[in-house]
Formats: sequence, C-alpha cells, structure tokens
Amino acid sequence: MSRSFLGMPAFPRASAATTRDTRLRANLTHATHTIRDKRAAAVAELDDWAQLRAAGAAIKDRTLRHLDHYLERLEESVTAAGGRVHWAADAAEANRIVTRLVRETGEREVVKVKSMATQETGLNEALAQAGIRAYETDLAELIVQLGDDLPSHILVPAIHRNRAEIRDIFRREMGKWGRPAPEGLSDSPAELAEAARRHLREKFLTAKVGISGANFMVADTGTLVVVESEGNGRMCLTLPETLISVVGIEKIVPSWQDLEVFLQLLPRSSTAERMNPYTTTWTGTTDGDGPRTFHLVLLDNGRTDTLADTVGRQALRCIRCSACLNVCPVYERAGGHAYGSPYPGPIGAILTPQLRGLAGPLEESLPYASSLCGACYEVCPVAIDIPEVLVHLRERVVQGGPVTRGGARVVLKPAKGHAAERAAMRAAAWAFDHPGALRGGMRLAARTRRLHPRRLPGPGRAWSDTRALPAVPAESFRDWWRRTRDGSGSGNGSTGGVT
Amino acid sequence: MSSRDVVLARVRRALADVPRGEGPYDPPVPRDYQRVHGSRTPEETLELLAENLADYRAVVHRCGPGELPALIGRLLAARGARTVVVPPGLDPRWLSAAGAAAVPDRAEGTARELDAVDSVVTGCALAIAETGTLVLDGGPDQGRRRITLVPDHHICVVRVPAQVVGSVPEALPRLAPERPLTWISGPSATSDIELDRVEGVHGPRTLEVVLLAEDGAG
Ligand code: SF4
Repeated sequence: MSRSFLGMPAFPRASAATTRDTRLRANLTHATHTIRDKRAAAVAELDDWAQLRAAGAAIKDRTLRHLDHYLERLEESVTAAGGRVHWAADAAEANRIVTRLVRETGEREVVKVKSMATQETGLNEALAQAGIRAYETDLAELIVQLGDDLPSHILVPAIHRNRAEIRDIFRREMGKWGRPAPEGLSDSPAELAEAARRHLREKFLTAKVGISGANFMVADTGTLVVVESEGNGRMCLTLPETLISVVGIEKIVPSWQDLEVFLQLLPRSSTAERMNPYTTTWTGTTDGDGPRTFHLVLLDNGRTDTLADTVGRQALRCIRCSACLNVCPVYERAGGHAYGSPYPGPIGAILTPQLRGLAGPLEESLPYASSLCGACYEVCPVAIDIPEVLVHLRERVVQGGPVTRGGARVVLKPAKGHAAERAAMRAAAWAFDHPGALRGGMRLAARTRRLHPRRLPGPGRAWSDTRALPAVPAESFRDWWRRTRDGSGSGNGSTGGVT
Repeated sequence: MSSRDVVLARVRRALADVPRGEGPYDPPVPRDYQRVHGSRTPEETLELLAENLADYRAVVHRCGPGELPALIGRLLAARGARTVVVPPGLDPRWLSAAGAAAVPDRAEGTARELDAVDSVVTGCALAIAETGTLVLDGGPDQGRRRITLVPDHHICVVRVPAQVVGSVPEALPRLAPERPLTWISGPSATSDIELDRVEGVHGPRTLEVVLLAEDGAG
C-alpha cells in the first residue's frame, strides 16, 4: 500500500537528507527549470495577466469572506441538480463517509483521479482497511502507488523519478495490480504512457465507483470542475455508476462567470499550456450520461482554522497550480518529501502548519523552509503573499499567541529566550540562502547525533538550546524511510491530488 | 450538532472580523481584464483557431458544406476504421460516404462495447480560438460523454464561423452550466515523465478537427 506522511521528521532534517541525493536533485532541477521557462512564455501571451491575477485573488477573497453563505448556496444547488452533499469536519470523518458510500454500492474496487484532498485525509489507507482497493489512475499517481512511494510535487507527483526508474517500477509492479507491463518495455516516455494506458483501461471499463476531487465548485449553479491532461479524469467522472467527490470547502467560486478567470489562470500557471487537454464540468447528475449517483463530500480538516487567521487565510486562495514550487530554490534543493505533507514547496510551508494548527516540530519548522526571496509570490496566479504569511507564522512560533485547532482557540506559549530565537531565525534564513552551508550543518548534526542528540551545532545551537526539539533520530532520513516502508502507515496518507 | 452545523459554525466564528453589514457580493472584484485578447477579423480568428489546434497536435481539415461527407469518408478510410459510433442527432448526410459501419450510441451499451469501436464522429457546442479548445455539451450531434472518450479516434466538426468564439470569457456565457461539458484541447497528453509532453494516454490519441465553412465563409 501507499506510504504515509504521518510522523515525518521536521523540515531541516528531511531536507538535508534529500539534498544529499544527487539523482533526485538532478531530476528536480531539470524538471522545474523546464516548466519555469514554459510557464513564463505562456503567461507572457496574455497582456492582461496582472488584471486576471487581481481578479482571481479578489474572487477568492470574496468567497472566503462569506464562505458560510457560499457553502449553503452550493449545497442547495448541488442538491437541486440531483447530487447528495455530505459534510466532514476532519479527515477521519471524510474517510468514514466515503467508506460507507462505497460499501453501500457493494463494490470492493474504486478508480481514483488525482485528488489532493483524499491524499490529505489518507483515504486510500482507510479504504484498504475496509477491504476496498483504490486504483490511482493519474500516470504520476500510478507511478507513486506502484512504487510504494510518496508524491513530491502537486502537479507531477512522481517528479523525483526519472524514466529509467519508472520503467523498472512498471516492470516489477504492474503485474501485481493488474495487467503486467509489456515484454521489453523501454524507458521512452511514449512507451511508458502506452503501458499505463493498457494497464488502466481494464480498470476503467469495469469500475462501478469513481472517486475524485475538484478544482472548482460553482456555488450558484452547483457545477464541479476537474481540469486534467490524460483523460483518466474523464474516465473516472463519466464511466462509473457512482461518483464520489471529496473537495475542500475553499474550492468554491461564486458564479459561472468566475470560471473565465480561473480557466485562464490555472492552465498557464500549472502545465504552462494555453489550455489543458481536458476539462470536465458537471452539475449533479444527467439522465443517461455519466454516473447515476453523485455524492459531494465537503471537507474542512483545518480549513476553518486557517480561515480564522486574518493574515494566513490568503493561503486558502490557492488553486494548486504548483508554479510556486517550480521557482522555489529551497524546494529545488530539498525535494517535495521534506515538507511532510501532500502540499510541498512554498504553499506547503504556509498551508500545512495552518491546517494542523502549528501542532508539532514539523509544523513549526515549515515556516523556516524559505529564503524569503519572494519568487513564489511573483508567480502565484492568485497573488498569495507567501513571504508575508511565512514571517507571520514564524512570529507565532517564536512569540506564541492564539491559533485555532479543530475549531477551538488555543494559545501557543511564547518560545523561551526571544533573543536566541531571533538569532536562530536569522541563521535559518541565512542557511536557506546558502544551501551548501545548510547541508554541511545538517551533515554535522547527523554525525554528532549520538553525542548531542538534542543540540544542533553551530548557528543552530541557540535554537536547540531554547526549544524542545525532537531528538535527532539515530538513523538517517533514508534509513528511516526504508524502515517505515513496512506498510504500517495509517492516518494521514499519500496518493491522489487534483491538478 | 451535525457536522454541517459544526463546519458552518466554525466558518462564522473564523469570520468574526468581517463587518456585519457586508454582503456576499460586496467585496469588489475588478473585471478590467480583457474579454478577448487583441482585435481580429473573423477570418483571423479562424486562422488562430486552426493554428492553436494544430499546435497541440490536433489534425485540422477545412471544407465546404458539399465536401464534408467525402472528407469524413476519406479520414475514416485512411484510419482503417471499420466501425464508427454516431450520436443520435448527427446529420445522416455527414456519414453518407463512409465505408465504416455506423454504431448507434445506445444508453444500454457498455463501455467495453465502445472500446471495440474504431472511431467517433461528432459536432460540438463551440470552439475557442485563443486556446485551441473544442467544447462539447452533450447536444444531439455530440452524444453522451463516453462516446468521445473511449474510442481512440475522434473526428469533430466545427461549423465556422457560427461556432467559433475568440476567448474563454466569450465562451462561458454561451454554455449552459447544467449540461455536462467536456473541453478538449488537443488529444490526451501527459507530462508526468520528466515533464516531457507525450500525446495520447487515455482519451482518443488522434483528434481530427474539421472546420466546416457555412454561408460561404472560410
Ligand atoms: S500558492 Fe499560488 S503559485 Fe503556489 S500552488 Fe497555490 S496558487 Fe499556485
């Protein structure tokens, strides 16, 4: 089964391990630089990009400031169109609802189209525990699932794998899940795509239940929108008899017209295309065309907590385009796994801590996973000021103050020794500006861990002296990774992700 | 308390900073972006559509009203198609010169049966020039969504200039949200392997677009 993000080590340790992996870095650098340039060209084609960006941000802000109104409106219009709406306060509830809905169909298998929301809730693991097998159908998700791996990029979850690794995974694993890879499969992307087509077609033609996320939900009309490239989305959205969509409550836009902004912003920011190959929109159910039963599961799971922070709430504008990942020097060096959640890169550094109420060492370290260079803000199609939120969250970590967790206000204790903390912050910022130094420091930390398990050497020392950092494990990240591959992962999970 | 009430109550608490008098449509949305990018004659718009379709690897053909049946017949023959699925409301003349056997789109037909069909011919709801996009809305000449998905070869006929719009903002008001829509921009593709674009994964791997000139245009 797929891996879990639960219990990931805090960012600096995880990233240090990744930066040592030269192949991963080469894969990442190649991929992010290619897409960066293409995106710039796609954006340059529209001379009103700045206006579209401002409109996109304003539409999302309008929605967020009146989210209660738009949620009720959406529920009404989806219901009127023949859909059934369910509400999930947290991940466990979402998984319970989906498991029950699948059980009610009597089916033991479901096909899934990339959905970040279900990745966040660990749905596949929950379904597996109930004896239901979930097949990921997005090519990159398939690579991740077959490779028993974790996604590392929003748009291209297997960005850390090169073609030769993918061929090996297909040869080794496809047969265990269904149709095996053809004899003599090479590592040409076209042949690999063909192998995936054949492997998955069998599943599509027989699947009775599809599970998806959505990129947008239109409150006025009750329409859901899935933006994709491969056609696996269309397969999952139209061939099964039952469709279950799990969607974060922030994915709403008020009106049909609003799509004219996002259907221009998203493809160009994401895949750097004028338009992605396929977009499907559906409103409830349609007689004789597509699923007969449609369930919409509205997911909170920390979103209302994020909404409660007037500075941090802008993170909920995110349309998951992944442009901020592709320009981020820290992401490029650290890789997606270091962020310990389905949301890597700059957006992950501000979203994950907020969704989880800054409740742990990983969450507290993520706001430091940035050099504050501002490239992420520049490319963000909905103008999320990521550096502003990072600094705001760092302040929360250092000075303490109110945060909301599971709907309840809690007050974080200020960290002891403000001066030392400020020095540590400067050190962290410096280290991310100088990744070579960061790597050196971390390697040193690893070497001395048996001697000083709770103290970081060098500039990090003051930091570790004043905070209860978790013990540096007596094993490297890679060892930890291997050790935890035994499939015991439960709770928060991997796989899935709406593009 | 139901989860619905829990979530809505959390949202309202989280939004305590929003002034009481502010209505859901009060936060301003600037819409000073362009309805269409640049000014073009209808001929130039058509040219741009053809260019952008081809840029994303759709194969573009043009013809006049009298030439359509022969063209469709040729395209199906070149493909070696023996069977072609046909939406219920497709003009029967379009396939009058086709050698392939027509398979009607039946509600009780299975996806597996469809998988055995070689090609599909449909009309569309509209086409967007700036993005090279075809939009299908399940109208009588387009049929159910699955018929343009499972077969590996799709021939889509666009009536020009009537069905061509310039931009995405021009397209949305002409589309009905209550209908299931499929927006198609080139054949299915993936960039999941080293961000290398590969055409053809699960949807039709060959997309042919016929720009059918009506009223003497094009
Ligand atoms: S934060 Fe902005 S740039 Fe990053 S994924 Fe979200 S929308 Fe895209």
